Amino acid sequence: MAVPEIRNKHRNNSEMHRVMRQLKKNKLAMIGLVIFAIEIIVAILSPYIIPYKYNAMDMTSVQKGPSLVHLFGTDELGRDIFSRVLYGGQYSLTMGVLATFISTTVGMLIGAVSGYFGGKVDNIMMRILDVIQSLPNMLLSIVISAVLGSGFVNTIIALSVNGLPAAARMLRAQIMKERENEYIEAAVSINCSRSRIILNHLIPNSFSPNIVQATMGVASMISIAASLSFIGLGVQPPIPEWGAMLSAARQFIRQSPHMVIFPGLAIAVTVLALNLLGDGLRDALDPKLKN
Amino acid sequence: MARYVVKRLLWLIPVILGVTVLVFTLMSFCPGDPAQIILGSTATQEMLDAKRTELGLNQPYLIRLGSFIDQIFIKHQMGNSWSTGMSIAASIRERMPRTFMLTIVMMIFSFGIGIPLGVMAATHQNKWQDSVSMIFALIGISIPSFWLAMLLVILFSIKLGWLPALGIGGIQYYIMPALAGSTGGIASAARQTRSSMLDVIRADYITTARSKGVPERQVIMRHALKNALIPIITMAGTHFGKTLGGTMVLETIFAIPGMGSLIISAVNNRDYPVVQIGAIYMAILFSLCMLGVDLLYAAVDPRIKAQYAGRKRAKKNG
Repeated sequence: MAVPEIRNKHRNNSEMHRVMRQLKKNKLAMIGLVIFAIEIIVAILSPYIIPYKYNAMDMTSVQKGPSLVHLFGTDELGRDIFSRVLYGGQYSLTMGVLATFISTTVGMLIGAVSGYFGGKVDNIMMRILDVIQSLPNMLLSIVISAVLGSGFVNTIIALSVNGLPAAARMLRAQIMKERENEYIEAAVSINCSRSRIILNHLIPNSFSPNIVQATMGVASMISIAASLSFIGLGVQPPIPEWGAMLSAARQFIRQSPHMVIFPGLAIAVTVLALNLLGDGLRDALDPKLKN
Repeated sequence: MARYVVKRLLWLIPVILGVTVLVFTLMSFCPGDPAQIILGSTATQEMLDAKRTELGLNQPYLIRLGSFIDQIFIKHQMGNSWSTGMSIAASIRERMPRTFMLTIVMMIFSFGIGIPLGVMAATHQNKWQDSVSMIFALIGISIPSFWLAMLLVILFSIKLGWLPALGIGGIQYYIMPALAGSTGGIASAARQTRSSMLDVIRADYITTARSKGVPERQVIMRHALKNALIPIITMAGTHFGKTLGGTMVLETIFAIPGMGSLIISAVNNRDYPVVQIGAIYMAILFSLCMLGVDLLYAAVDPRIKAQYAGRKRAKKNG
């Protein structure tokens, strides 16, 4: 009977559990987590729960302000903005999460290889990242969208390049510290393959700063995605992506400001929730920083 | 220090060449035939072929790349825009200073307001000043600047009628763009300042300074803030790119003829040479500004200067 006890004890003291306990104590972070979770659930269920179809036009009530019938009012074609904001969450959230996932994964692989091998490999990779980083994020995304054209998948690709250098550099620095440890020497001495050392030993022990960065990354990706759609490059209308809705609403800003307010509010609330969660994660992962 | 500056300036050359290659390569995958875009759909096959030869599209990639670099950096012939026919060099000369000034003003606002706010929050930790400024900062980093810009237009131009909604002219035209573009920066500068001030404020040398009877104001400004400044400058570097990107979008909202609106409208018109050259010049501007941040870094942090002095000495001995 001793075995499960040990296992249990071990589990309670694991790093992951300590982080979760810390996170649960942080009220703001939990508020952020709850808001983000609700947004994801609503976005997934949106086709079934929205009161009107996202593209249902009603020419008899055009550009109406918020009311009980249309919570967020209607747009220039009489479409219900509340339904469109909920439905559009699918696009905005998916783009933010997927683009961050791709950029973090690819960036971490580059960083891990670079940090583990060092020397020439490291030098070449870092110089390439230097070049990518000497274009401001927004500009790089604009150039890539110009090449690929607009659309959902293309926008995700254009966004993914953004966080890549930062993710790579962050993991590289961690790996360079981590690879000096004795357990890596032990792994080398029992003839573990390089890929095994990198993927099974080094990355799991050094990627926690990347998680914090990725959480904040989703927030900024959602923001950049919206601004890309806003300038007409990302996702195009009639898809109710939040940035695209704002872009269409811009010409009616004088008559119906509510068309501008609600989609933007959705972006701001999402970004705020993710920033709260990211702050909490950072404090939980790095007890030094907590004051 | 001079060695450092020279070295950093020389390092700009390969980076800018790298950016040129990157942008050129990316843009060569653009959909559509340039000859067709320039001449329109009525062009005959012969006209298209002649245009293609004129543009050098039949040549292999490396030759085109070489002549592109030659044209931009050696001959300074950038050609004309496909859609407006205007000289690209002239429009960059006209628009670049505007974008640059706007970005610099935003950066000054960000750090000029953000740092004092952060210092106030840190020196009043857990009091109302701290909570209020941190709540403001949290909201500030979460509001997308282009949406804030539209909210400002609704409030100040449409409801109150105080400020012009778009265009350029006197200072009143730049108030809203600068405000919208710097809110995020003020907020992140305040957050960064607060956390790095809290890091140093408990250090022993602060206690020493206080016990020597140094006035509190001087302890904060000279002993604490100076040491807390290093991570803040690091943040300023990463923030510069964000501000520049934000400016590009804000220019389209406020109809400011700058680099951002130039590049964005060129993308929408498939005016590829403008996008290409515009992006390269933005990268040069960005790299120069980052260089400025790095030099500031070396000026504030004596360790970087010492590193250079140390290396020099080591070389002499060896």
